[in-house]
Amino acid sequence: MNFPILSSLILLPSIGALFLFFTRSKSENKITVKYVALFTSLVNFFLSIYLWFLFDQTTSSFQFVEDRVWIEGLINYKVGVDGISILFIILTTFITPLCIISVNNSVTKRLNEFLIAILVMETFMIGVFCSLDLVVFYLFFEAGLIPMFLIIGIWGGARRVYSAFKFFLFTLLGSVLMLVAIISIYWITGTTDVVQLYELGIDTKYQNLLWLAFFSSFAVKTPMWPVHTWLPDAHVEAPTAGSVLLAAILLKMAGYGFIRFSLGLFPSASEVFTPLIYALSVIAIIFTSLIALMQEDMKKLIAYSSVAHMGFVTLGIFTIQQQGIEGSIIQMISHGLVSAALFLCVGVVYDRMHSRLINTYGGIVTIIPKYAVLFMVFTLAALGLPGTSGFVGEFLILMAAFKDNFLVAVLASLGVIIGAAYMLWLYKRVVFGRLINFELKKMIDLNNSEAFTLTCLAIPTLYFGFYPEPLIDTIEVSISDLINTYNYSVASK
Amino acid sequence: MIDNIELIFPEIFISLSIMFLLILGVFKKKSSKIIHNISLLVLLIASVITLNETIGTSRTILFNESIVVDYLSSFMKIITLISAFVVLLISSNYLKTFKIFKIEYPILILSSVLGMMIMISSNDLIVFYMGLELQSLALYVLATFNRDQLKSSEAGLKYFVLSALSSGLLLYGCSLIYGFTGSTNFNVIATQFNTNEYALTFGIVFVLVGLAFKISAVPFHMWAPDVYEGSPTSVTLFFTMVPKIAALTVFIRFLYVPFLNLIDQWQMILVFLSIASMLFGAIAAIGQKNLKRLIAYSSISHIGYALAGLATGSNDGIQSSVIYMTIYIIMNLGFFSCLLMMKRNNVYYEQIDDLSGLSKNHPLLSISLLIILFSLAGIPPLAGFFAKFYIFKSVIEQSMFFLAIVGLLSTVVAAFYYLRIIKTMYFDEEKDSYDKDHSLWLKLSLTVSTVLILMYFVFPSELIDVVSKINII
Repeated sequence: MNFPILSSLILLPSIGALFLFFTRSKSENKITVKYVALFTSLVNFFLSIYLWFLFDQTTSSFQFVEDRVWIEGLINYKVGVDGISILFIILTTFITPLCIISVNNSVTKRLNEFLIAILVMETFMIGVFCSLDLVVFYLFFEAGLIPMFLIIGIWGGARRVYSAFKFFLFTLLGSVLMLVAIISIYWITGTTDVVQLYELGIDTKYQNLLWLAFFSSFAVKTPMWPVHTWLPDAHVEAPTAGSVLLAAILLKMAGYGFIRFSLGLFPSASEVFTPLIYALSVIAIIFTSLIALMQEDMKKLIAYSSVAHMGFVTLGIFTIQQQGIEGSIIQMISHGLVSAALFLCVGVVYDRMHSRLINTYGGIVTIIPKYAVLFMVFTLAALGLPGTSGFVGEFLILMAAFKDNFLVAVLASLGVIIGAAYMLWLYKRVVFGRLINFELKKMIDLNNSEAFTLTCLAIPTLYFGFYPEPLIDTIEVSISDLINTYNYSVASK
Repeated sequence: MIDNIELIFPEIFISLSIMFLLILGVFKKKSSKIIHNISLLVLLIASVITLNETIGTSRTILFNESIVVDYLSSFMKIITLISAFVVLLISSNYLKTFKIFKIEYPILILSSVLGMMIMISSNDLIVFYMGLELQSLALYVLATFNRDQLKSSEAGLKYFVLSALSSGLLLYGCSLIYGFTGSTNFNVIATQFNTNEYALTFGIVFVLVGLAFKISAVPFHMWAPDVYEGSPTSVTLFFTMVPKIAALTVFIRFLYVPFLNLIDQWQMILVFLSIASMLFGAIAAIGQKNLKRLIAYSSISHIGYALAGLATGSNDGIQSSVIYMTIYIIMNLGFFSCLLMMKRNNVYYEQIDDLSGLSKNHPLLSISLLIILFSLAGIPPLAGFFAKFYIFKSVIEQSMFFLAIVGLLSTVVAAFYYLRIIKTMYFDEEKDSYDKDHSLWLKLSLTVSTVLILMYFVFPSELIDVVSKINII
């Protein structure tokens, strides 16, 4: 591999952002600015598809590895992908252009700076999924706070300041402990290189504390109950594109972190803490689903449903079985597509009516039929109807959970039912019913760009629902290898 | 004795220049501009001499073992000289606005720099005390420099009284150490003392108190917010950067040369100072409305991190503290450059509210300040993160986990007030715009410091390479 494809993926959006930074944002070149950003992110998307094309599915070792000395004798800049990370990279590069297309109506001021923030964010997100050095990972993981803080704070809704602060401080608080753990790992083993750490292993007597420190960061980011409270606030106040990025990709960083670091580096601690994860996941699934049922704000409802869905993900990861982890990754990809689409759907009606409250709407099916159809597809995908990608993930996770712990699986399945209840009820109240608010009659159906973005998201949702094979093929070998290593190190303890 | 005299050429050069400039000031009318420029030149030449004459030499002891020149001293002297140079460079417009652009200002800065250089090179309690007093006396006057303003006079007086008290304590400590070891020379003390002598520990504690006062570590920080707020902004900039370099060097020399074997005694004190400063600085800054006051508390908390590195008792720790101070100085320089740009119709603004909506009128200024503030908060990938990273790496390598965790948690608290400034700049409604005709040097110092902070992650090894030659233990 001579061409540094991963570094290009990481750097390209930033170069685009730099370019935008030096273009003065005047009203007449707004379109140009947008096309520059779109072009950058599309190039990145095709580059990542090319990466998937080159990717060798038969091996679990890291590919496209780049290893450069960064700080002499301390940190190497090391990036690489395996089956687990490549899908997240493609998800990131896929969602970002859609976000940029969708900024049409929701962002009216400082478009230039908004696009810069999104592109910089993309750099950091891809960096998180590529990095094979703990310090490099931490760097990207934390750096993402800066653009997201600004996205929520500058372009957000009425309570944006509170939400932005809450988001920033919660995440930072979780992460600093991870930094202590990373430095401690360096102190214990003398390296922060993930590949070397996989081979060396970490002494079991340190694992529990280190696991907890990583957990504190990932739990906040996932978010798991009870540290999920920043998420509804951040989602509600963020502009549509911000919510999409947050739900579709930022939350996945933690799930990815659990698989890559918690399971990979601390197997024996993961075994010890599995009951904790189970308990928190089940609480998240049931408790937040019940909360979602009671929401009157559409964005808040979807935000709580995200917490519930991420509960399934963490549950699946810590079943530590092939199906469970595969299910989790597919669930994350699916949630990335579906929640992004749902937030865009809310954005569509919000741009027209400037209200996110459910009771503003009702009976809009005849007024904006195209919207109603697409919204239905995503509602059904969110509740996990067979034939959508949501089903594949949930099914695999529950299957693995039933093998491992019957009670947990039953409770989690209960969550699926409540999930169906709140999603369908949401759909019913917004789209069906009698038309009471006659203001709604003025609504115009989806314009081209909205229809395009939503269709782009609907196609993979349905495609992977019927045929998840490409996803599973990509991740299979890496996961089975991870589980083998895990079982080996737990058994040899 | 005259061997190796070239090693103290910088000090000699600055002393002669001060005398020359004083005479020039007396005999030439309206000479403030020329003296200002000559002082700049003097600082520049002195740093070049330091670089040329001393940087390559191995540890040399001069003048009856009372002066030491080694890599640490050369490095710190160059940082001091360059910081003083930049302060002088960017403060002229500010001074002119307040009509205090006088000949004394550069001369006082030069004399305090001379004092600091003596402190940095001192290998003897008396030499060290002499340097300390020379720099302090110059600083008292500098604090009151805008003497028509009540606050400035108050700041100077407060600083003088409290500083004199701390100097007294320090001197008492020195006399105790002298009494129980029979010498004031660091090298002799190192061989003479008896570890079971508790009175000696008292001496160390008193000296530490005096030093902690000079770097405004909690609980000896009370003067800092008032003095920082009251002094002219350009002097505050000088206060937050330059004296701390010298005091930190003395900390290193005093603790690691004579008393390394007593580490059990002083380590606890340093850990306490460090934790208290980090936490207090972070918490107390939350309520502040004045930017200069806020930066005073923030500098208290930053000194806490630098002390955490010193508390480790390892060479790595010393190096990480030096790296921390270097990066901190660059960040501070950027911050104050912004502060000096907040001028409208000859009035300087220094409240947080005055930054409201800055991003709309001054996008470049506010993006620079944004980067500087995130860096001060220690968010990657900016330079401030690496500074903290090195500190905590050396702390954890000595298994001082409690210190590391408290330190990192206090960064979260500190992040809150930095975010508040960013919030004011970016999320709030705009006000009238500020003047845009700043001097070229001010713009340059802001740009350079911002770019250094932003791009530090590209070349992180360079600074480490330079600092890793510091070898005390």
